[in-house]
Amino acid sequence: MSKMNMVQAINLAMLQEMAKDDSVVVLGEDVGVDEGVFRVTAGLLKKYGEDRVIDTPLAESGIIGTSIGMALAGLKPVCEMQFSGFSYLIVHQLEGHASRFRARSQGDWTVPLVVRMPYGGGVRAMEHHSESREALYATITGVKVVIPSTPRNARALLVAAIRDPDPVVFMEPKHSYRAFREEVPDEEEVMEIGKAEIVHEGNDVTIISWGAMMRPTIKAVDEYQEKTGKTVELIDLLTISPMDSKTIIESVQKTGRCVIVQEAPKTMGIASEIIARINDKALMYLEAPVKRVTNYDVITPYFGRENYYFPNPERIYQALEATVDF
Amino acid sequence: MPIKEIEDFTISYMQVLDENGKVDKELEPKISATELIDMYRWMIRAREVDQRLINLQRQGRIGTVGPSTGQEAAHVIPALLMKDNDWFVGAFREAGARLVRGESIVQALLFYNGFEEGNKKPENYRTLPISIIVGSQTLHAVGIGYAMKYRGDDAAVLTFMGDGATSEGDFHEAMNFAGVWQAPVVFLCQNNQWAISLPRHKQTKSETIAQKAIAYGIPGIQVDGNDPLAMHVAAEEALKRARNGGGPTLIEAVTYRLMMHTTADDPKKYRTEDEVEGWKKKDPIIRFKKYLASKKIWDAKKEEALQTEIKAEIDVAVKEFEDIKDLPPEICFDHVFSTKPDDIEEQRQEFLDRLRKETGNV
Repeated sequence: MSKMNMVQAINLAMLQEMAKDDSVVVLGEDVGVDEGVFRVTAGLLKKYGEDRVIDTPLAESGIIGTSIGMALAGLKPVCEMQFSGFSYLIVHQLEGHASRFRARSQGDWTVPLVVRMPYGGGVRAMEHHSESREALYATITGVKVVIPSTPRNARALLVAAIRDPDPVVFMEPKHSYRAFREEVPDEEEVMEIGKAEIVHEGNDVTIISWGAMMRPTIKAVDEYQEKTGKTVELIDLLTISPMDSKTIIESVQKTGRCVIVQEAPKTMGIASEIIARINDKALMYLEAPVKRVTNYDVITPYFGRENYYFPNPERIYQALEATVDF
Repeated sequence: MPIKEIEDFTISYMQVLDENGKVDKELEPKISATELIDMYRWMIRAREVDQRLINLQRQGRIGTVGPSTGQEAAHVIPALLMKDNDWFVGAFREAGARLVRGESIVQALLFYNGFEEGNKKPENYRTLPISIIVGSQTLHAVGIGYAMKYRGDDAAVLTFMGDGATSEGDFHEAMNFAGVWQAPVVFLCQNNQWAISLPRHKQTKSETIAQKAIAYGIPGIQVDGNDPLAMHVAAEEALKRARNGGGPTLIEAVTYRLMMHTTADDPKKYRTEDEVEGWKKKDPIIRFKKYLASKKIWDAKKEEALQTEIKAEIDVAVKEFEDIKDLPPEICFDHVFSTKPDDIEEQRQEFLDRLRKETGNV
């Protein structure tokens, strides 16, 4: 066990998987000599050499397209998009090919690749460095979308993603990269993709979030529980797609109330999908409408204004209050 | 049947003023003393603004900046040769050219401090905002070029990109479209040797970037991008060609990024100080100053006056920027669409109500 931040934990997952399996290769812009612009790939080039840690030319579609080829030929590419805001050229290859080789060939061909990308706001960077577009990737059937929230689950989920036989988009909340440290076991740890985690149990209301929004959510929940004496069931979604309906539904059937916290804009987001699932399976258990705390339906603001727009503990607290007191 | 050669290509390299300030008399363009001094002034203005932006970032007074120090000849000179009705379609490392096109220093400060107001159209309306997605803007330039032809407008389009962008599909699509449409576009590649940590030789196996033009049937030339006179000659010729219906040109300006990629980057991680020092000797400003002195139109006194004037101008702009207090938080709701759909208006009201409650400012 050692305490590490999310950058170190993700790095550990890659270091260990590369040691175990020589089919794992890492590629992307500035991932080698520079060790990634966030230093997530630190030490990989030194340890595994240029054949396995590839500084590619500057072409996102090229990185994914060639990764598909590598995956079809038996390698396990772990590619990095420098920022999710530069990743949209890869939708072409993910939607057109990576997601559908399995179906197209009736299981004969599979594309076990991982696309890592930092996403989300809070780092005072320029345009395209602050968006949360998980919903865009989650609409691609055949691609899994995973978003960790802590160093420990980031490590265990990335290991799972690398070993997964299907393409996984692994979105890393960059605001949480160095925000806090957590004990991460030295020995191998793997979590299951497709499972949400009940962070703590409660009876009065369910709250669901993921990624960087887990921290303001936890802050609001702690304060709310302390002030009101109510108990909140906190769920970390972890996998966006395929979504763990069972955990969500069982929780909402128990509490009868639900709040969802999402960094992305309100409309057509993951929260909308969660609400649809609650309607399908738990509508008659509800004692209050399900509430969303989200960004607004605007172009992601430049950093000078972003704090006005992202969900914060105050807004989350008010949503809990409104839902419980409904 | 014997194999025969069906095409033969060459790529030219042009330098007029070498790094010691020595001029090639045959190639030397005829530029008036006033214009030469103007060129120098704009390069100094670009350099000083760039250095101040870095300092302000280091002091935490603005956000991340992508410096262009050392590349002034490559982007300031072509911008000076543009006519008012020409189009400027930039990337993100031509701050000096944006100043030429009428952007104010205050606007630049707003942009780098995370405020959309920094992107408001400068004086010259045919100047697009900074484009950060590498290479993507080159296609816009070609579309604009098409529109100019369609409308019978003789404007040229000047678009910038770096050596990294030449790996993106968008860049190749843009060059191909421009060739097919004979669009009036000048592609100006600032080959500054580094795309963050990736050196030019790992970006492409091509000996030059200029030769990429050949594949698309358009003229390409490699120029010493730290040579203001060579940039003047090459850009003027390409802009004229575009305005006169001669179609697109690719200019590879060989230059060097003397500073970091952005202030969030540490170049010591991937390149040597020796390399940087070597390129400092090729600084476009040093050689141009020598040239002006040799023509007896510049001296230490003039230099001092210019430096003082520009520093004072920047001081005033920084003060003006830091005095700005009333940037409304809600503007992001105002420009999603031409008119606000009901639910965006509802969100805006909710947003304002919340802020009023939070600040107690009812």
